[in-house]
Amino acid sequence: MSESAKKDSPEQAEFRAHCRDWLQANRPGEPPVRLPLSPLEIMTPGQMEYLQHWQQAAYDAGMVGCDYPQEVGGGGRTDCQRVANEEMIRARTPYMPNVIGLGMAAPTVFYHGQEALKQRLLPRLFSGQDIWCQGFSEPGAGSDLASVQTFAERRGDKWVINGHKVWTSLAHFAQWMILLLRTDKSHKYDGLSYFVVPIQSQIGKGVTVRPLIKITGETGFNEVIFDNLEVDDTYRLDDAGKGWQVAMTTLAHERGAGEKVTPRSGGLKSKSTHSTNAANLIDLARGVQRNGAPAAADAVIRDRMMRQVIREEGLNQNQRRARVAALLDHPARLPLQNKLLSSEITQDTAALAMEIAGAASSLYLGDENAPAGGQWPMAYMNSYGMTIAAGTSEVQRNILGERVLGMPKSK
Amino acid sequence: MTQPNNFGFTEEAALLKASARKFLSDNFPTDKLHAMVAGNPDPEKAPQVLWDQVLWRQMVELGWTSLAVPESAEGLGMPVVAVAGLVEELGRAAFPCPLLATLNTTYVLAACEGAAAEQALAEIAQGTAASLAVTPASGDWRVDATDVVVQDGRLSGVACFVQDAGKVDRVLVSARNGSAIELYWIATDAPGVTVQADAIVDLTRDQAHIVFDAAAATQVSANGAAALDAAMPAIWSILAADIVGAAEWQLQTTVEYVSTRQQFERPLGFFQAVKHPLVNVMIQIDETKSLVYNAACACDTEPEKAAKYAHMAKASASETAAFASGRSVQCHGGIGFTWECFLHLYFKRQKHSQLLFGDAAWHRAALADILIGDAA
Repeated sequence: MSESAKKDSPEQAEFRAHCRDWLQANRPGEPPVRLPLSPLEIMTPGQMEYLQHWQQAAYDAGMVGCDYPQEVGGGGRTDCQRVANEEMIRARTPYMPNVIGLGMAAPTVFYHGQEALKQRLLPRLFSGQDIWCQGFSEPGAGSDLASVQTFAERRGDKWVINGHKVWTSLAHFAQWMILLLRTDKSHKYDGLSYFVVPIQSQIGKGVTVRPLIKITGETGFNEVIFDNLEVDDTYRLDDAGKGWQVAMTTLAHERGAGEKVTPRSGGLKSKSTHSTNAANLIDLARGVQRNGAPAAADAVIRDRMMRQVIREEGLNQNQRRARVAALLDHPARLPLQNKLLSSEITQDTAALAMEIAGAASSLYLGDENAPAGGQWPMAYMNSYGMTIAAGTSEVQRNILGERVLGMPKSK
Repeated sequence: MTQPNNFGFTEEAALLKASARKFLSDNFPTDKLHAMVAGNPDPEKAPQVLWDQVLWRQMVELGWTSLAVPESAEGLGMPVVAVAGLVEELGRAAFPCPLLATLNTTYVLAACEGAAAEQALAEIAQGTAASLAVTPASGDWRVDATDVVVQDGRLSGVACFVQDAGKVDRVLVSARNGSAIELYWIATDAPGVTVQADAIVDLTRDQAHIVFDAAAATQVSANGAAALDAAMPAIWSILAADIVGAAEWQLQTTVEYVSTRQQFERPLGFFQAVKHPLVNVMIQIDETKSLVYNAACACDTEPEKAAKYAHMAKASASETAAFASGRSVQCHGGIGFTWECFLHLYFKRQKHSQLLFGDAAWHRAALADILIGDAA
């Protein structure tokens, strides 16, 4: 029996057994298509279809939205999502495609939406039938999120939206978007409001979705342009002017510090996925020559690889220690480091891999001689998406310095 | 065997850690430390052994010195993870005492077999403080490196970098006998033993080199290298725990300072050039702390992985010691560079701990040997 299973309540224990049985019988096999490392990079309808099918099955088995009330399509359980996640990851399942829906939109709609809206949107969100995207960043509002300019003007019981959102992952599949915009130009924070708006059904009728091309050459995310999109007032979350407070619910859940545990599956090892980790780095160094000997025998390269090994293990052990109350001083201190550390460690590992591979790191995906098929330079370039998105590393350090260490605010 | 999710850090361990923190902060605030050890700033002063022996006797009575002694030798037999929790608090207080030295000695003795080792452990359980005399003048940390030799059953030669030698009654000596490394237990005031104090930078410790001249000692192990090998992961882990506690003090003290000190009409911590490095110190401390409890837990439950994880912990800790020390003084500005500010006590303790029992590069090289092999 696993350590976590030992501490289960009777409800959790029964639920865990159910999850285990179901997963043993129904865990999906090797996917028919190559899957990207992250659900935010799902590009083809084939990938989406396979992953939606998995999320629907997991939902039907009661493993998605477990802790939400039944009236909104949840399982009505107490602290069981954690259990479902542990079992789904243990069983090495695919990830779920509706990550923004599950991790950010669901808790935000649940805590701030009207009852009828919750009942309409959340069941299809949990099942993965509706894919969600997030409309926060704009060309002029990145780290300084509260300066968004997308504007909604009130006309009776409707709102008319105009503006421009960027870095919108999954918008090319999304039925819905969580949207932070402005309803009052005279107040920065208190002029913000928060809506859910339809995307796919409104394309050509006030919504345009255009792919943005990353430095890697891939299309990963989109820009979304609103041109007089008309939406119903019932799509507003909380009062007009309260958008910033609503956005805080979203961001707290994005950072893993929210009330609701995000439904999460994963762990499926696919033949075609490339992992940027220290073990791969060592394998690379064994096979690459440096001054006539394996790079893995070079003292400086060894030292630098061990730094990465240690940082990786440190992050793993942080996650373990985050659940041992007696070894923590501040409850958010470790969770708030996760994104910052995982993105920076990945970046440095990919950078070191390129140095180890040496001149051959100049070869990219289109060259048959490229080490690891050109995945290392691609991983290195893509790592900047991770250190910039969802709050840059600099913003993360401000948050840690101010919220955890209590230093004066830098604004 | 696998490790428990909570590192095996039980309620008992949490209680021990919390009570140590309270005991030390109640009885030994930093101003008391400064008054005790920093009376004489002269950089050329002769070595001194300055410590609070009354408080030390209370610690012995609380059972801290027998924590790691196995129950078979009348000790408390606490797991390494619980000891690490206590030592973290000792580091936070930078308390000058031979607890770390005694715990280190205990771990080596516990890895020896036979009646003589049992007897030495029983002495520790009864309150005898001890230290390891296992390092040659070159500062080679490999377990088979020693400048002491066994001749006609007696010890001759010099053991260097003996920690808190001026505060202990016994030392455990590694000595070469032909091709073997053997361990000997001897009183610091025994005939043929001369403790020569070193003039060191760290004011919260003392250190000596010990000269043996045909000294008669009790053999506790004929295979000392194996015993030292077995004990090193615990020794590295608890030293790393000391570093974590001291670094937390450095971070907290510096954060308080930059949150109140004003320049350019703002508290210093407003400026990201000050804020972000201190966040980086916190991140570095957290990495080390998590790796320390993982390594300590491995010593308790997965000894075959203990060396790997303890190399990670001490490598990380050595970086933490250096980084937290540098940033704490730099972010304090001019006042942090003065003798009257308490920072230098921790700065010096940390620089000492950084290098003791192997620095970061030494541990990373050893880790690479485990994870990669020679690869040639």
